[in-house]
Amino acid sequence: MSVAVASSAVGPGNHAGFYEDEVIRKFVVATMFWGVVGFLVGTYIAFELAYPVLNLDLPWTTFGRLRPVHTSAVIFAFGGNALLGTSFYVVQRTCRAPLFGGAALGNFVFWGYQAFIVLAASGYVLGITQSKEYAEPEWYTDLWLTIVWVAYLVCFVGTVMRRREPHIYVANWFYLAFIITIAMLHIVNNLAVPVSFFGTKSYIVWSGVQDAMTQWWYGHNAVGFFLTSGFLGIMYYFIPKQAERPVYSYRLSIVHFWTLIFIYIWAGPHHLHYTALPDWTQTLGMVFSIVLWMPSWGGMINGVMTLSGAWDKLRTDPILRFLVVSVAFYGMSTFEGPMMSIKAVNSLSHYTDWTIGHVHSGALGWVAMISFGAVYFLVPRLWNRQRLYSLRLVTYHFWISTIGIVLYITAMWISGIMQGLMWRAYDSLGFLQYSFIETVEAMHPYYVIRALGGLFFLIGSLVMVYNLVRTVRGDLRREAAFERPRAAVAPNAAE
Amino acid sequence: MMAQEKEVDALTGTETTGHEWDGIRELNTPLPKWWLWVFYVTIVFAVVYTILYPAWPWFNGYTHGILGYSSRAAVRDRIDEMAASRAHWVEQIETTPMSEIVNDPDLLQIATVGGRAVFANNCAPCHGTGATGRPGGYPALVDDDWIWGGTLDAIHTTVMHGIRNGADPEARMSEMPAFGADGILTPQQVSAVAEHVLALSGAGPDNEEGAQIFAENCVACHGELGRGNNELGAPNLTDQIWLYGGTKADIVHQVTKPRQGVMPAWNTRLSDAEIKQVTVYVHSLGGGQ
Repeated sequence: MSVAVASSAVGPGNHAGFYEDEVIRKFVVATMFWGVVGFLVGTYIAFELAYPVLNLDLPWTTFGRLRPVHTSAVIFAFGGNALLGTSFYVVQRTCRAPLFGGAALGNFVFWGYQAFIVLAASGYVLGITQSKEYAEPEWYTDLWLTIVWVAYLVCFVGTVMRRREPHIYVANWFYLAFIITIAMLHIVNNLAVPVSFFGTKSYIVWSGVQDAMTQWWYGHNAVGFFLTSGFLGIMYYFIPKQAERPVYSYRLSIVHFWTLIFIYIWAGPHHLHYTALPDWTQTLGMVFSIVLWMPSWGGMINGVMTLSGAWDKLRTDPILRFLVVSVAFYGMSTFEGPMMSIKAVNSLSHYTDWTIGHVHSGALGWVAMISFGAVYFLVPRLWNRQRLYSLRLVTYHFWISTIGIVLYITAMWISGIMQGLMWRAYDSLGFLQYSFIETVEAMHPYYVIRALGGLFFLIGSLVMVYNLVRTVRGDLRREAAFERPRAAVAPNAAE
Repeated sequence: MMAQEKEVDALTGTETTGHEWDGIRELNTPLPKWWLWVFYVTIVFAVVYTILYPAWPWFNGYTHGILGYSSRAAVRDRIDEMAASRAHWVEQIETTPMSEIVNDPDLLQIATVGGRAVFANNCAPCHGTGATGRPGGYPALVDDDWIWGGTLDAIHTTVMHGIRNGADPEARMSEMPAFGADGILTPQQVSAVAEHVLALSGAGPDNEEGAQIFAENCVACHGELGRGNNELGAPNLTDQIWLYGGTKADIVHQVTKPRQGVMPAWNTRLSDAEIKQVTVYVHSLGGGQ
């Protein structure tokens, strides 16, 4: 393991000064910083749900204000910094070209993006919000993000344009789809008229059901293009690099890329089943979600099957384990999603904790774990260290966070399905069996388990931070290498 | 650096595409058959579903689907179905006086079970799931201490029109004067009368001055013995059941600047049958008169 790291860290074209890596180091630090903040706030509000006294009777610390802090911190701050940082790393290396715009543009994107995060989060706590889920920032923050995002696009496309490779690598297709589509979604969903130049309040130009549809066209494709397409970009670079194996299927990557981006954009209406949204729109949202199943799984197949002939590495390489298990969670979530979009299933699952469980199997299992894998890969290379401080700690992190995810998801499955069944339970005389408050009381134990799951995940991330800090300091923990069990070596060799 | 030659990957025996980026190569593996076929099946499902159900928009409308499904019609049908299945007893509840409902075992069961559901979904947020009330002016409904009366008719009127809500002209209405805040009594007098009120329920020694003040200011509503008056919503002060707390400080607060409890009128939200059911349910909780 350490040998492999050392050799590729000084590989061809990787000599100091050619690639713009300083800004990527900043993105990696920001990823971990915002990750811990986001997990911490998430854990806290999970305990608030189980023990409402933790709202502290202060407006700034109520669940309603802290929830967008959590969602924005993990999606846009943690996930966003991971995407921006890895995309700059990947695009330069797979194009064999230094970053377009150099350190100046790169730093503008970095600091501009951090300013966006701080503007957004401080607004939430003070009660400044346009009340659109995952698009809560008000008009001034939206405008600022637009400027930063255009700079990011210029940086990325400029680098692709001056590539020294004849073809554009698949990871860059996914990154580019993510950048362009997010720009479109962000602008259309946030079209608003400010009440005054110096006030924070604005009104969205869409109204009624059209606003709802625009919001979920945005919301669902934020999942599709931010949390799926962008992270598939990460997957397509870091799994083959870490496994040192070729990508499983070039053809599959082409077919699932184009089908994924064509079909995803239609699936938003499944968030509005059985609402004022016209039936025909609901139908299209549902059937496109179901057709989306295989295009999503194309990415899973390409990720997992890239290990063909190298499965034994999962035993000895905990970084690869993070990457591959994240793809397994991705496969599970992208099966669950189409299933939940079926109207009959949705009538049970909608508005329940099942949705929260589904989101977190994607967010914790897929998005966070692949980001962890990528950051573990990047830190020794970006700081020119021989290897990580400790691979044992990576293993501990893997198991602690996996236990956390399992606690979280199973608690929310049980809680959500129970909640949905209680809402629709009638007694023999045709009366509702349970009041709403009784369903809330029944969910309490699962809320406690969920909060503990979050706590595990948070602790895992702190183990990671410790490991990375020691790595950057240049420390090496003396530990025995992971043994390749003899029994496993022989069959693998015969494969 | 760039391998433009296609080569065969030794571990899988599959040919590569001949491209290479930063050391990453790609195998030219064909699409997995099962993947392709499941993809086709989902497309066929989608096409069939869009033929059956409303789906494709057009300039002047949309395709309605050969099943003629509409979610609005579907929910209307289910509500009609539910109404039809209940019709026989809803009509009986509507037309039977409550005094007879409580004497008919079948109707009583339907009324209390249905009333429990109505109560749980509408009344429990203030009065508690077990109707045991909550501190701060939400009375328990399981005891025989009634502010506005515990007969079937009295409970029915309270549920129908509510209390001091400003929305229903027939709402229960009364207002205890702010004896302290409006300067009717001095703080010393308020303290004295509070001690007398405590003494009424045997919770402390009597205060002669307080008894005098009580006789002059309070008996009109609360009665000479402090037993209250349901007609005026004046609580009984002799039973150690307190709406806003039973310490001396609580009573001083209430005499100085009374809190006036509010309850919405439910006749705009619940049907006549539902109001009768919840009335019978509340009446049956233990304290009905």
